[in-house]
Amino acid sequence: MAKKPADPKGGSLTTRIKERDARTRNRIVDLADAVAEKALAMREPKIEIPIRAKSNTIWNKKQRVLQMGQATSERELFNLNQAKQFMQTCLHASSIKDLIGAEKTLSLRGMFYKGLHTVAGTKEKTFTDQDESDGILEDLEVSLGALREELHIFAKKKGTMIGNITIIDSGDEIDCRRMGSGGYAIPSIVEPDVIQFKKCDAKFVLHVEKDTVWGRFNEDKFWQKHNCILTEGGGQPSRGVRRLLQRLNTELNLPIYCLLDCDPWGHYIFSVIKQGSISLAFESNRLAIPEAKFIGVRSKDYKECGLTDDVQIALNDNDTKRAKEIAAYPWFAEHKGWQKEIDLMLKNGFKMEVESLITKDISYVTEEYVPQRLKAKDWLE
Amino acid sequence: MSKKDTAPKVTAETMAARQRDISVSEFFAKNRHLLGFDNPRKALLTTVKEAVDNSLDACEEAGILPDITVVIEDLQPDRGRDVKQSRYRITVVDNGPGIVRKQVENVFGRLLFGSKFHRLKMSRGQQGIGISAAGMYGLITTGKPMLIQTRPKANQPAHHIELAMNTKTNRAEVTVDEETEDFPLQRLRNLTPGTRELASRGEYLSPKDYPTGTSVTVELEGRYQKGRGSVDEFLELTAIANPHARITLVPPSRESAAEEDDPGTKNRAGKGATPADISTEDPQAAPAVTTETGGVVVFPRGVQELPPETKEIQPHPKGIELGILLQMLKDYEATEKGGTLYNFLQEKFCRVSASTASEFCSAIKATSRTKVADIEPPQAELLYKAFQEAKLAPPPTDCLAPIGVRQLLAGMLKGVRAEFYAASSREAEVYRGRPFQIEAAIAFGGELAADESARVIRFANRVPLLFQQSACSSFKSVTETNWRNYDLQQPRESLPIGPLVIMIHMASVWVPFTSESKEAIADYDEIRKEMKLALMECGRKLGAYLKKRARMKREAERRDVFQKYIGEISKAINAINGTDAKALYDALLAQAKKRTAIADLQLDEDGKRIKDEDPADQDGVIIVDAPSAPIGGGTAADPFAPTKAEAARLKVAAMQNDEPPLLDVKQAPRAKSKGSGKAEPAKHAEPDKGGAKPKMRLVGGKLVPVEEPGLF
Repeated sequence: MAKKPADPKGGSLTTRIKERDARTRNRIVDLADAVAEKALAMREPKIEIPIRAKSNTIWNKKQRVLQMGQATSERELFNLNQAKQFMQTCLHASSIKDLIGAEKTLSLRGMFYKGLHTVAGTKEKTFTDQDESDGILEDLEVSLGALREELHIFAKKKGTMIGNITIIDSGDEIDCRRMGSGGYAIPSIVEPDVIQFKKCDAKFVLHVEKDTVWGRFNEDKFWQKHNCILTEGGGQPSRGVRRLLQRLNTELNLPIYCLLDCDPWGHYIFSVIKQGSISLAFESNRLAIPEAKFIGVRSKDYKECGLTDDVQIALNDNDTKRAKEIAAYPWFAEHKGWQKEIDLMLKNGFKMEVESLITKDISYVTEEYVPQRLKAKDWLE
Repeated sequence: MSKKDTAPKVTAETMAARQRDISVSEFFAKNRHLLGFDNPRKALLTTVKEAVDNSLDACEEAGILPDITVVIEDLQPDRGRDVKQSRYRITVVDNGPGIVRKQVENVFGRLLFGSKFHRLKMSRGQQGIGISAAGMYGLITTGKPMLIQTRPKANQPAHHIELAMNTKTNRAEVTVDEETEDFPLQRLRNLTPGTRELASRGEYLSPKDYPTGTSVTVELEGRYQKGRGSVDEFLELTAIANPHARITLVPPSRESAAEEDDPGTKNRAGKGATPADISTEDPQAAPAVTTETGGVVVFPRGVQELPPETKEIQPHPKGIELGILLQMLKDYEATEKGGTLYNFLQEKFCRVSASTASEFCSAIKATSRTKVADIEPPQAELLYKAFQEAKLAPPPTDCLAPIGVRQLLAGMLKGVRAEFYAASSREAEVYRGRPFQIEAAIAFGGELAADESARVIRFANRVPLLFQQSACSSFKSVTETNWRNYDLQQPRESLPIGPLVIMIHMASVWVPFTSESKEAIADYDEIRKEMKLALMECGRKLGAYLKKRARMKREAERRDVFQKYIGEISKAINAINGTDAKALYDALLAQAKKRTAIADLQLDEDGKRIKDEDPADQDGVIIVDAPSAPIGGGTAADPFAPTKAEAARLKVAAMQNDEPPLLDVKQAPRAKSKGSGKAEPAKHAEPDKGGAKPKMRLVGGKLVPVEEPGLF
């Protein structure tokens, strides 16, 4: 992901990146200055971190997205439960400053290794596992008010795209019509400075939950027949996938249709794509797609499509609990269609995967189900 | 049955011909178990015990600080490996007042001859059976007479007497009677390399230490073994209860073969007797820690004062039986012909004033002029009843000589290697009209075994009780005390479990033993209650200490956590904005120290704010500074051992330098804790170089030990 030195980017873009880096660097130095100042004044050093929890998440009804509230917590050095995290926060802040200085980026795992060493004078390591490191980096994002890419960090590639669009990724032109059976792997950073849209003929985006279903659609050349873009997010879509969908929606005005499982998990994925998530509420404004549409699978499909008992997967207690929680989300609570949808699923007492439609016919989902729903505009907002 | 007719008819006359006096000596020769000579191992112990008890009593009565040497020689050192017993020569030498020549036969050669039986006074021996019985046992098993050397007057020759007891006449027969200058015996100084070394330093049987004194030698069939109920344990415990005595033991060259069914041959961890590691140091600097030199064990003197002299008291009216009252009346008539009951009551009992005496007289319809001779048995019985119902002051308690808190601590300190010591001495109380006083002490932690039941050591009038533990009132009082209140484990109705030694001492003019062998204290409610109260007092002190220790441990852990990360933080901040890493580190470290000290004051187990009471400030507590040892720490090789020994010596030295004899205990530790108490936690905050302490890390908000780091 290192930027190519001979990057044919516009000068204005490079300037913007330099400004952005300078801003991030200054924020890191400010954080360190605050720690040093307090310490030398014999006061307890603290790092202020906005709280990433449901309690500090606000449902912006007007914009129809989840947003982060103003509440912050203080990470204290002289607190048994926070001392190590305080140390880790300082370590990562220092690492990020290094990255910015070297104009390089690292993966989350790379950052874990960059910060990893044995604490001087002990046998203890600075980080127990990557999860600890990832959490600290999210803390830094919010406390520095900088996005992950601004910290020169990227996540693992996740998700695939194919369809009637040509993009430029880090200066390379990529024709997504010619991506074979594998498709274009969506990188974790899809900001305009990395990816630009060159030419788009597609009229909409069909986002499916998993690559197995996506493969079915690709093999049937669905995107050619219906002139669309086909994406998948490998379950819960990553920030990169969500950001790309959001850009396709806002910059190219493409509607986003989602084909997800008929279960609480599928509903939750839709909720995240549409309204944003609690842990990334601070990024909702560039990730959430309030106009996204849920075309299936619907609870009514069991009867409507004449599916057999074999596709039923009984709801367990956890599923029921989760379904009720989701039904209570404010954006679902005020939506009669969704209340009906979840009620029916609970009444049915079972969930269904997208693949269950294959019991009808191998290509039922691509040739009949989705086209019919699109034509009938039968979806949930 | 067919012989019945031919057998001579037994008549009252023929029976009368066979009926004759049984000499007490004969009786005990046949019933030696009654005196503690049931088996060879116990015989050896009892012999040492009786001689040492006599020596201590004699020294104390004469106002001499006891210096007692016990030598056990194995006379068959070449016996087979599995031979369970052997012939031993036991010699006990004391620096007491000696015995005048004409009394020697009586003291050593007669059973039931003594100065202690007829009086109500606190002493070790009571009946006057002991040493003569030992001599008799020796004579029976080896045929060898008892050998006595005694020098009653300094600078005059000692008597050398050999005695053989005639069991029939209860009289001793003197076989050798001569004067000698060889006292204490030169031979004993040349016995082993250890004795030679100590003697060359003038620390072993030096004639200057024994200007007067007595030496008793008995040869007997016995068995020498260490462990529970051994001579070693007896002397170890005696040293604890008698910190004013210096005791030296020269054990035989080898132990006897073990016997499977022998109870308590297992050697307990945490014994006072310790390896020779300290003996090479200057003995003057280590006055109160048991040492061993070439096998010779020296229990040093812990304090320089003799126990206060005790007074003899008259019996208390509530403390006698009817039969004894009748006998006393008879005796009084015999000595005071025509004496009145009124006078008898006042003269022969304690706590009977003139007015109480008249009250008693009128209670049995007698007057102040009524003569003792005129009291009929029914009247005596009425008098006895009146005694029981009367409201009388309890007997005086100046007849008791408790060991005392300070001396208890000194005794425990030299005998038991622990980190915490507490002692308590109760006020005197009365059972059956007899005054008694209970004292308790506990030692905790240090080198004591952590996962075993507590060891209970029992004493009556400073004499260790080694057998029949579970029959003893003191043992019951320990199991009935709820040690869980003091943060110790305790299975139901059992001894607490942990690195704990519990000592109980009963001082009384008459200790109620369950049997003549004086092995267990009878279970009177009054006695047991006092024992429990004394134990609870010690327990509370221990509980306070354990809580404090847990707090200190927590504090040290907190500090470790902070300190561990401060270096990393300083480096990271330095890398970001160039702040001087060293200055930052120092500032943060100073804060960490300050904060952990403050935080420690503020929370206890429940997070409540508590006063920072130093358990060392309590009366009757000594803490050997080694709080880093984890609770439940084993007895494995302890790298801090030398430090602990040093610390213990310092404490004792501090105690000895303070002249006020009693109750200065609290000052010594406090003075010490003031000096180093506040700075002390810093010691724990230092980075752990030795790695003795487990590393801790945070998991889910809790501290857990960190495993050896594996591969990531």
